[in-house]
Amino acid sequence: MQFKLERRVEYSKKMLIATPIIAIVLSILVSSVLLAILNKPILLTMHSFFIAPFDNFYSITEIFLKFGPLLLIAQALAVGFRAKVWNIGAEGQMIMGAIAASAVPVYFVDSTSNWLLPAMIVLGALGGIAWASIAAILKTRYNANEILVTLMLSSIALQILYYLLLGPWKDPMGFNFPQTVMFQDEALFPPMFSGVRLNVSIFIPIAFTIGIWLFMEKHFGGFKLVVGGLAPNAATYAGFSAKKAVWSSLLLAGFAAGIAGMSEVAGPIGQLQRSVTSGYGYSAIIVAYLGALNPIGIVFAAFFLSVLQIGGDVALVSADLPISAVHVFQGLLLIFYLSAYAFVNYRFHIVRPTLQPKANLTS
Amino acid sequence: MSTLEFFLAGTLSAATIFLLAALGELVAEKSGVLNLGVEGTMAISAAVGFVVTFETGNHLLGFALAGVSGMLLSLVFAVIAISFLANQVASGLAVGILGLGLSALIGRDYESRTIASTDGISIPYLSEIPLIGPVLFQQNIVVYLTFALALVIGFTLTHTRLGLAIRSTGENPHAAQALGFPVFLIRYCAVAFGGLLSGFAGAYASTIYTPLWADGMIAGRGWIAVALVVFGTWKTGRIAFGAMLFGMVSLGELIAQSMGANIPSQLLSSLPYIVTIVVLALISRDTVRMRLHAPFSLGEVFDGSESR
Amino acid sequence: MASSNTTPLLSLRNITKLYPTVIANDKINLDVMPSSIHAILGENGAGKSTLMKLAYGLIEADEGEIFWQGKPVDLRNTAAARKLGIGMVFQHFSLFETLSVVENISLTMPGSRKALSAKIIELGKRYKLDVNPEASVHSLSVGERQRVEIIRCLLQDLKLLILDEPTSVLPPQHIRSLFDALRTLRDNKVAILYISHKLEEIRELCDTATILRAGKVTGTVNPNEKTAKELATLMIGHDVPSVEARHTQRTGNDPLLTLSSVSFVNHDPFGTSLHNINLSVHSGEIVGIAGVSGNGQQELCRLISGEHIDKQLAANAIEMMGKPVAHLGAAARRQLGFSFVPEERLGRGAVPPMPLAKNALLTAFEHGMLNKGFLKKKAIEQYTEKCIEDFDVRCGGPDATANSLSGGNLQKYIVGRELMLAPKLLFVSQPTWGVDIGAATAIRQRLLDLREAGIAILVVSEELEELFEITDRMHVINSGTLSPSLVTAQLTPNDIGEYMIGNQNASANSAETAHAI
Repeated sequence: MQFKLERRVEYSKKMLIATPIIAIVLSILVSSVLLAILNKPILLTMHSFFIAPFDNFYSITEIFLKFGPLLLIAQALAVGFRAKVWNIGAEGQMIMGAIAASAVPVYFVDSTSNWLLPAMIVLGALGGIAWASIAAILKTRYNANEILVTLMLSSIALQILYYLLLGPWKDPMGFNFPQTVMFQDEALFPPMFSGVRLNVSIFIPIAFTIGIWLFMEKHFGGFKLVVGGLAPNAATYAGFSAKKAVWSSLLLAGFAAGIAGMSEVAGPIGQLQRSVTSGYGYSAIIVAYLGALNPIGIVFAAFFLSVLQIGGDVALVSADLPISAVHVFQGLLLIFYLSAYAFVNYRFHIVRPTLQPKANLTS
Repeated sequence: MSTLEFFLAGTLSAATIFLLAALGELVAEKSGVLNLGVEGTMAISAAVGFVVTFETGNHLLGFALAGVSGMLLSLVFAVIAISFLANQVASGLAVGILGLGLSALIGRDYESRTIASTDGISIPYLSEIPLIGPVLFQQNIVVYLTFALALVIGFTLTHTRLGLAIRSTGENPHAAQALGFPVFLIRYCAVAFGGLLSGFAGAYASTIYTPLWADGMIAGRGWIAVALVVFGTWKTGRIAFGAMLFGMVSLGELIAQSMGANIPSQLLSSLPYIVTIVVLALISRDTVRMRLHAPFSLGEVFDGSESR
Repeated sequence: MASSNTTPLLSLRNITKLYPTVIANDKINLDVMPSSIHAILGENGAGKSTLMKLAYGLIEADEGEIFWQGKPVDLRNTAAARKLGIGMVFQHFSLFETLSVVENISLTMPGSRKALSAKIIELGKRYKLDVNPEASVHSLSVGERQRVEIIRCLLQDLKLLILDEPTSVLPPQHIRSLFDALRTLRDNKVAILYISHKLEEIRELCDTATILRAGKVTGTVNPNEKTAKELATLMIGHDVPSVEARHTQRTGNDPLLTLSSVSFVNHDPFGTSLHNINLSVHSGEIVGIAGVSGNGQQELCRLISGEHIDKQLAANAIEMMGKPVAHLGAAARRQLGFSFVPEERLGRGAVPPMPLAKNALLTAFEHGMLNKGFLKKKAIEQYTEKCIEDFDVRCGGPDATANSLSGGNLQKYIVGRELMLAPKLLFVSQPTWGVDIGAATAIRQRLLDLREAGIAILVVSEELEELFEITDRMHVINSGTLSPSLVTAQLTPNDIGEYMIGNQNASANSAETAHAI
């Protein structure tokens, strides 16, 4: 008896919804085995990951603090992935957004103007867009692979950040720490509630999600991008520009990542420092996939990964589990998701053994 | 050793890491599979190689287990991308993320530990030739083996039946299957072989080139190896040349310091990435050459159905 | 009959093969005798190719048995089939473009390249299948590639050769020499399984014919003793339907499509360059472009459709409705009243996993489907429903995905979608490729009706019969060069064949060139 994958006539909607759930269950199973190998308490760790983050109000607001940038970037990346524009450098675009936005409070240290924050939003978006544009130009004019270019640009962005933090932008009163001055209140988003770090910038990803949903589901522009991703020859036949698809995908991601970077420095961090991105640019790739590249699915996926991140922090303390365990779990999620996704378009087909007795070929 | 000799020798040594990983990726790509998990594969193997060598003092064992771990991780990739027909780009990223995470877990208790470095092999007489001697004839054995391997792989791909089978699978898996080639098996083997070489590259980086463990020590070299395959337009000779170029660029920081140049270290650290982008753009612009040499089915999902 | 041997070489007994949507083969029985040419006759979708793939071990049957020289065998892969002495030449060749002829052959044959080269030359001489072993496959013509495939089969100890629609890619002159080679093979004790839907060919060449209809055998006959009409009845259940052509006088107005000295340098090393193409199409006429595939049809189609824009061309090198369009994109040309049905339906003419309604949006979006860029669901669905109804598309409604339709129905849908755009100029590439006879006749009739309605139509086709049936004028494309315009009524297939193989001067019809345009 032999198994083969056989293409379904139409894709399975049930499997589409079941896929992320299967991925989560399998990832939990495999990581339990890993925990056992590491000699860590499995139940306690799982509790830390999935239950403890909901223990109190503050912790829940922290989940939403992570949720914002993850959602924002993942929505934009998913648009690109559906158009088969592989921007995996959201991390770098986020850094450049954070840098550009930080220029305002760094150079206007004493300003108390109400224009500080709007200026930072604009600059943050432009920073991300500018960085993504480099990849777009190289892709459309020189045919350079955007996967490698966006990734290399992320590494370069990180070096630019280090240069600024160790050099011209270093806080003169900061005991030589690689960070800028703490920003004035006028350069920060007001918190949602007193005593929490969650701030009003959470509305940006929510509004962005609605916009993306309208664009992808109801607008011709989204349709064109999806056609380009599914069948590039059909897009050319229809007269949809492939270059425009590259540009719009990358600019959208640059915009979203730039804003995400800006809202980190103008939010929970309150200054520019080395760990400005917290790896959101990479985690967002997993969020985008786990959400089936669908604007609504991504909301759930982003929430799940936010819980996971907070849970990782809890487990760090409660079970002495390194933060890299969260990365392992994320990798497993994506691996199982991609594997299980096969059953959306295919199904197992049992190859029956041939009915007659087998004869030797040479006989 | 003079400074010049030191840098030239260092270039060859640094190039070995790039070349090993790029050769592995080349074989996988020639069979039609784009494995973007190289960075993660190198990372996990670097960790395994370091830990084993640290604990046993046996470099050979470290290399062997690093190779095995690289192969295992690339087989995970193969299962997703070849058997479960997932998008190869996403599959590579997934495996890369897993590899990086696992490498940090494995190496957690070994952060900043060092192991004794190995001596190079001094080839009698030849190593005493000024300049050329120390550069070419006092290297670690892995360096010699890697460059020899480049020749072997180049020959195999162009002149042997095995090479033809791999190339035809990469060009048109449907036709290859119609001729009776086990397309899935060939791709599995090519990916596993790529993983083995990436594993050796990781081990070389963590046990010989810089015999110490630091989280994130692969630092994008796996990605540059992927880019090198494009630079070399899927030809071993050009890939070897590119590896040496990057070996030199990655020493930029040391060179600048020794010359006392006042260049921000961040700029020098960025240099390999900047060079990657520039060369990538220059090479890719020549679409004719890309079309001639790139495996035609590279990155495409093949579901084994008999029709095109 | 060439053989008195009574044990069949290959026997299929009750072979059944199921696919998710169809029963491709339903309890098929077939006996191929040694030293015979055995035809499998059936129209597109009848299950011929599936049966042959089963016989070659490329796919496995769900039920049934296969016997080789009277003994049961298990053809689980192509290697097993080849070991028995079965070889197959595919319709879409299984050669690798980047490899040379001898490299391709050494993939399946043992021996040094030198020895193989010598054998290739020797076999080429014996069967008149000349080919240079060192040549790179991408530089070969389609006919030469077919020869390479046949030689590859001959190199093994060949007992049965399977050919899948071998003449569909050949000019008429080369069909002769192929038939000669096949007869020589038969006389050298090789049985041939010959798949085709061309009745005359089978009557001329084959000793036996097994006819398939909708996956079932409807008869096994001696084709020489049957008329084409009788064979057709077995094949499709009734006589071959014919199209009804009323001939109108061509209106003498200005052309709706003009190509003036269009040259195109192809940078793709595997593509064809075009040289000084001149072409015009007027309203109320159908102009055909004949030729063996791979001679520049693809490139010409893309230049005309706007899928490829060559900035080297002057803007007026291509004119539509009197306007220069060479620098306009596909969507802009469509706006002028141009419409195009490409040869690939899935992936170019339609997005495979998208529903038909979304596929309507692909080219008809300017027809009231958008409101400030937002999709008007109602309008899209109405358009799709009308198309399904008017063009008799058998499907599950506007929500059915394009890849769930049969080739014929999807083609009817795409043609319908383009015609509903009410074009002034219609360009159709391979209108009936892989389409069953009923749908093909409907599509051809539709084109003729449109001509009567005054639409200018350009058709690219490999099917000469089709072009003779519907066109007023024809051009032949060969190596990127277009022949002068030829009047169909004054042509024979052989005349076209001369142009196909680049033998223009020998053409009896060349005197007509001055007369047409």
